[in-house]
Amino acid sequence: MQRMKQTTLNVYAWFERRLQLEGPVKDAALHQVPRQTASWWYVFGSAAFTLLFLQIFTGILLAMVYVPSAGEAWRSLNVLNHQIPLGWFLRGLHGWGSNFMVAIVLIHMAQVFLFGAYKFPRELTWIVGVFLLLMTLGMAFTGQVLRFDQDAYWGLGIGASIMSRVPWIGGGLVHLLLGGPIIAGATLSRFFALHVFVIPGTLLLFVFVHVWMVLKLGVNDWPMPGRVVRRETYMEEYHHLAHTDGIPFVPGAFWKDLIFSGAILAAVAVCAVVFGPFGPSGQPDPSIIQTVPKPDFFFLWIYTILSYLPPQMETPFLLIVPLLAIAILLALPLIAAEGEKSWYRRPVAVLLVSTLAVSWGVLTRLGTTTPWSPHMSAWSGDPLPVNRIHDATPLARQGAVVFQVKQCRNCHSVGGSGGERGPALDTVATRLTIDQLRFKVVTGGGNMPAYGKNLSPSEIEALVRFLETLHPANEPPAYDASRRAVEATQAAESAGEASRLAPHPGSTP
Amino acid sequence: MSNVTYPANPQPTTPDVNTAIAPGDPRTVSRRWLLFKAGIALNGLVGVVLAVPIVRYLFAPWRKDASYDSWVSLGALDAFPVGETRLAYYKNPSRNSWDGETDNVACYVRRESTSRFKVFAINCAHLGCPVRWFPQSQLFMCPCHGGVYYADGSRASGPPERGLFTYDWKIVSGDLQIDAGQMPTLSNTARLVTISTRSGDSKCSG
Ligand code: FES
Repeated sequence: MQRMKQTTLNVYAWFERRLQLEGPVKDAALHQVPRQTASWWYVFGSAAFTLLFLQIFTGILLAMVYVPSAGEAWRSLNVLNHQIPLGWFLRGLHGWGSNFMVAIVLIHMAQVFLFGAYKFPRELTWIVGVFLLLMTLGMAFTGQVLRFDQDAYWGLGIGASIMSRVPWIGGGLVHLLLGGPIIAGATLSRFFALHVFVIPGTLLLFVFVHVWMVLKLGVNDWPMPGRVVRRETYMEEYHHLAHTDGIPFVPGAFWKDLIFSGAILAAVAVCAVVFGPFGPSGQPDPSIIQTVPKPDFFFLWIYTILSYLPPQMETPFLLIVPLLAIAILLALPLIAAEGEKSWYRRPVAVLLVSTLAVSWGVLTRLGTTTPWSPHMSAWSGDPLPVNRIHDATPLARQGAVVFQVKQCRNCHSVGGSGGERGPALDTVATRLTIDQLRFKVVTGGGNMPAYGKNLSPSEIEALVRFLETLHPANEPPAYDASRRAVEATQAAESAGEASRLAPHPGSTP
Repeated sequence: MSNVTYPANPQPTTPDVNTAIAPGDPRTVSRRWLLFKAGIALNGLVGVVLAVPIVRYLFAPWRKDASYDSWVSLGALDAFPVGETRLAYYKNPSRNSWDGETDNVACYVRRESTSRFKVFAINCAHLGCPVRWFPQSQLFMCPCHGGVYYADGSRASGPPERGLFTYDWKIVSGDLQIDAGQMPTLSNTARLVTISTRSGDSKCSG
């Protein structure tokens, strides 16, 4: 036992003599940090770091099987999923690791923002961090492309369409993005190079710089209301704090990092086992058009915004807002390098983060349900509730057939099923008179196509007669008072006609 | 080499064997700096010389649209009944053996009369998702953000700013041919639109 210990020590000494790492590692591990920074709020950065290495590790393992060729990638993913033992698990780890990494990086950023950690002297740490965020998102997008399935294919199409809107050089940019005129072999090859070499290489370099600065400048002190950052005095104050009320980074603060990272890794593994890998969905054959492409979770909010923006706003939004957002993020620490760090004294910052978080949540939720998209198969798949047509006249039933067959149902729900693009029509008769219904069907308007060209007059008549029956039993359909008056006189006239004819009951008209 | 700095008081002495090789001698240092700078300059020069072909290589796909396009056949005219809109397929003209299925491209052919056609790109004019044709209601619907187009390709509703993209077409010995070769987007269809205007096939708002 004693000898073994001695041998180990000798081996260690042999390496240390040559590597000489003990000094710098000790310096990094034992440097004093303010006591309060040993907090559960400060664990997200290290967790992102851990996840990055999980991604690199699982990525390399996947690359041993994956074939980065447009003709073979999809098949090789299926081999990974179904034939290689535990290939599905590795894919699950990599896919869930990516989702967790994006989430953790965003949480880390929000926390750093709320804690004012981007202020002097950590401005550059934040700026490098912004690039790290962009690269993480870049990895998520390029990774989605490498999962070369229908979603990846059409997602690339969306990317190319956005690129094409850049003035003057849009066409060239599309060619550069795709590596040619269409999404094909060259496209996948270049995304492979980006995902496996270019972005991760840069990412590692930036992570090194980021962590280096964290070590050199010290962990951000816990924000206290009234403890204002000033360039002249901050360094001195920080060192005073770190040495009078500080603890060594290891183990004082580091044990929380370790436990959180371990928990996150376990969570990724559990998700991979329980939910399995992502896709691949259908094969990337653009001639299969029976598909409803959807981007990955973290890009759903963009998808939502794109469907709600008025058309003329879209190009400016797509091209300007991302650049503006990045510029603001980069400029933030330069503009607000001094001042209060505490969130108690920064209501705007708190409001901003909560607004962004809530909007992101809402947009993502909408993106998963896509109320703006027609339900492509509602017309043939969702039958009308029987009670809606049970007592209908033959004409109204004919209208119900028109309603289904002409795909009205793809956008309008009745009885809770059907599309949500247009309003639900369960009570439409109480809102629109029959003339208004006819007008709306014929001319469309808003988000509704004009059906005037596409329906015959008799179909339109049947359809509006059916729509007129869509009202609750205790609420009569809307009517037009003047029409009522006209109808009343017409009825009186025909009644007069009838009474005039009455004295001659035997005669046939 | 004017910016080579000497210490404040250089001693213009004749070389003395003992002092000339002493470490820290100003002349030795300046010679080393000179070589160092020459090394940097050499690498910079080689870098520039290398950069030109590298940039050229990187930008290789950035070509004129026309160089990608060519006429491809969609098959015999009989496949397209008058008054109907049918899905047609072709292989993208520029392709590689490793493209797999990605070079199968679909488009919609609408035969307006015996001799008049309209050929629409499958890609939504909004962000390129594949639109679906519903013959019953004579509408194209997009599954992504709910864009809708009429049978003639014009915009009906939803986010798209314009009607469906069209291909230029011609009839060659009983075959319908279209001028195709790239994914239709807002940046390259301006050309497609001009061509189609010439052939009396102008339905575009963009
Ligand atoms: S891609 Fe068709 S509506 Fe957006």
